[in-house]
Amino acid sequence: MSKREWPLYEVFIRSKAGLSHRHAGSIHAADDQMALDHARDTYTRRSEGVSLWVVRSSAIVASDPAESAAFFEPAKDKIYRHPTFYEIPDGVDNL
Amino acid sequence: MKSDDLLLAYVTRLGDNALVLAQRKIETVTLGPELEEELANANFALDYLGQARLFYTLAGELENAGRDEDDFAFLRSDHEFRNLLLLEQPNGHFGDMIARDFLFESFYVLQLEALERCRHAGVAAIAARAVKEVRYHLRHVGRWLVRLGDGTAQSHERAQRSIDDLWRFTGELFAADEIDRAFAKGFDGPDLEALRVQWQQAVAAVLAEATLKQPEDGWMASGGKQGRHSEHFGYLLAEMQHLHRSHPGATW
Repeated sequence: MSKREWPLYEVFIRSKAGLSHRHAGSIHAADDQMALDHARDTYTRRSEGVSLWVVRSSAIVASDPAESAAFFEPAKDKIYRHPTFYEIPDGVDNL
Repeated sequence: MKSDDLLLAYVTRLGDNALVLAQRKIETVTLGPELEEELANANFALDYLGQARLFYTLAGELENAGRDEDDFAFLRSDHEFRNLLLLEQPNGHFGDMIARDFLFESFYVLQLEALERCRHAGVAAIAARAVKEVRYHLRHVGRWLVRLGDGTAQSHERAQRSIDDLWRFTGELFAADEIDRAFAKGFDGPDLEALRVQWQQAVAAVLAEATLKQPEDGWMASGGKQGRHSEHFGYLLAEMQHLHRSHPGATW
């Protein structure tokens, strides 16, 4: 038997219409169709979603943790970029 | 047989098919080749167990003799089970299981689609729920058959042998008897001859994609639907029933 592992895929689930897909975890699969099946069987058994995305983990370009200071810290003291001066209307849960 | 008995026999058979396949799948729990495939198989087994419970509960209501789902599942002997022979065959290797599920589910989806439209409200309601589950199973095993058939030389050869070995059990899927005909006539149930044509087309399409040869129709095994089982069936029942028979009504 081959010792080579199936490629890793990242799984994203849309929990209900109108919301965006969120990362749920990862699975192994031999091809794209199998990845979708495995994502469905692993992550949506308890009605967690209405839509699934899977993508090869190797296709994701990630930021480098070593550069996180340069990437993210300059935004920290720019309070004027945050829309915190507006009142959120009642009944809007997912802004 | 009276028409009430024919209906009861028809519903019980549907339950028997679901339960026996559930039991075969349960036997392979913990043996999956990958964690994700393991979960899928266990989910599918539970889907079938759920269908069996619904069919047996309905059968108990039709019979009106105080028997519940457990009585049907655990307190009948082998000749009282009327499942298809295809479903009681030993699991074999992974390719055998894929081939068995593919041949059966290609039929079962068509059967459930027809039952969904039948004029027996109880059966139609169970079928409407079950067909969604089985459509997904079929998609899953169909993709696997293509992967194995159109895979390596070894996987192709073994998948072909699995299909060849199991082909002799496919005749029984469409062998209509008094019970099938009574349900077709009385409740607008599935016409097995019409299903055979649809099944052949569906199976041929996937086999072609999997680069597998469709076997010739030769001698076909039959008897499961009449309670005459293969030698494997007694072992299946013994494992499935011994706990309930040793400790009737046990709970935990």
